[in-house]
Amino acid sequence: MALALPALRRPSVIPGFGLTLGFTILYLSLVVLIPLSGVVWRTADLGWAEFLRLATDERTLAALKVSFGCAFAAAALNVVFGALVAWVLVRYRFPGRPLLDAAVDLPFALPTAVAGIALTALYAPDGWIGGPLAALGLKIAWTPLGIVVALVFVGLPFVVRTVQPVMEEIEREIEEASATLGASRARTVFRVLAPSLSPALLTGFALAFARGVGEYGSVIFIAGNLPYRSEIAPLLIVIRLEEFNYAAATAIAAVMLAISFAMLLAINSLQAWSRRRYGHG
Amino acid sequence: MVDIARTLFFPGLPAAGASRDCTSETPGVRAGLIAASLLFLALFLLAPLAAVFAQALSAGFGAWAAALVEPDALSAIRLTLLVAVIAVPLNCVFGLAAAWAAAKHEFRGKAFLISLIDLPFSVSPVIAGLIYVLLFGAGSAIGPWLSAHGVQVLFAVPGIVLATVFVTVPFVARELIPLMQAQGTTEEEAALSLGASGWRTFLRVTLPNVKWGLLYGVLLCNARAMGEFGAVSVVSGHIRGMTNTMPLHVEILYNEYNFQAAFAVASLLALLALVTLVLKTALEARLGGGAPGRVR
Repeated sequence: MALALPALRRPSVIPGFGLTLGFTILYLSLVVLIPLSGVVWRTADLGWAEFLRLATDERTLAALKVSFGCAFAAAALNVVFGALVAWVLVRYRFPGRPLLDAAVDLPFALPTAVAGIALTALYAPDGWIGGPLAALGLKIAWTPLGIVVALVFVGLPFVVRTVQPVMEEIEREIEEASATLGASRARTVFRVLAPSLSPALLTGFALAFARGVGEYGSVIFIAGNLPYRSEIAPLLIVIRLEEFNYAAATAIAAVMLAISFAMLLAINSLQAWSRRRYGHG
Repeated sequence: MVDIARTLFFPGLPAAGASRDCTSETPGVRAGLIAASLLFLALFLLAPLAAVFAQALSAGFGAWAAALVEPDALSAIRLTLLVAVIAVPLNCVFGLAAAWAAAKHEFRGKAFLISLIDLPFSVSPVIAGLIYVLLFGAGSAIGPWLSAHGVQVLFAVPGIVLATVFVTVPFVARELIPLMQAQGTTEEEAALSLGASGWRTFLRVTLPNVKWGLLYGVLLCNARAMGEFGAVSVVSGHIRGMTNTMPLHVEILYNEYNFQAAFAVASLLALLALVTLVLKTALEARLGGGAPGRVR
């Protein structure tokens, strides 16, 4: 009954290895791997020249630029504010702190479409936040800035939840040593603590960035979706599909998948490196 | 007076004049940092949540309820529940099987398998929908054959379920694998050596040990399954009353400028998110430390 994989597997008395591994691989293949490989086959069918033509189409390039640019800006903002929020949650005790800690996960729990329409209502020129900003001449909704706002919302927990456990493990002795050697508090924070937090910050940045590039639901309501200006790549895929232009949709998807997998690889090696260097990921 | 206010609002702060810890910031800096993060979280997290409920109830409680019992909304709620009832148990069984194989056994390629399980998290939801359109759409090999035999996958419930299963594959497995790895195999070995069968060992030893972790994974899986928008939007076809889930219904109402109804349906999803957060926090207390380290 059990699969015979003697060379691949360390002997164990726990049964069910063949059954569970077989089921896992079958399920993953049917649901994830075979469907995903469809993008690769369809791209290969296009041929190199046709793929290049579709992938370097002016509107496609503009959409990719908007997606990656806004995701980069949002992830950078999230590193700053995520580090601040994590620091406050880890180091300070104040009323409502547990509530705030739980609230950080809201973007994971709130459906993206709900976040999208809520942020649009808030940041529209007649909204609670958009109104005062519009009076100052700053338009957020229906501009690329709106995309950044939506991606900051979506990406925040990735940074906070990556940095928080690392901050909790900082040994106070290091800070005391720095202080007794005459460093000011600011110098201790930026020259002693920040370097050991940087791998976690970078990982959080990469996770938030990767999520932001592919994000769709929370962005399309607030973006305005003007081609060449505030049209994101996932939306262009949807538009091409609605035109039954499967070739163009596949080409954009292939570019996005290639970049996301490269990002994933980078995140994994970053975590492996930081585990070796600092003993934590 | 200042001291009283200080202890009331910032009980963690040392009293004025007390010697200051050299590993902390001055009280002024502390208060400033706390205020800055409160302001940031209020603007980006709490305000959107408040806006959903404010807009949903803007025309009164009656209008809110009316938007929810309208036939298209009811059918969207039913479809969302149906999809979650199919997708969550499937991924639950998958998660248990994957965790049993990966956490209780040592084999070559294990790290690779675990990263494959996480793969759907790094794929844009729109691409998750697209791959099923490519697989079952007009230009594919299986799609036309299936529809000739009366099975419709795209723009129908099976496609919505498949897309939802894809985006929620990792949730249960990624909770269970580290938990079961940390628990080791000694208890299972003891049960087996006392004569219990493999199934009995799993049901009576392993499952009770991981029940809170399993529930945690199911909770997150369910929240995503009910709230998924991008992947489902690509495969659903947006047929009102037929293939509309709750998030898609929100979009349709919103694009029709029926904002109050859109926010009413959205408020139901926001309630689901709040319940999820409360249960998640309670479960993290049960699961003990390490919980805040969870990403996604």
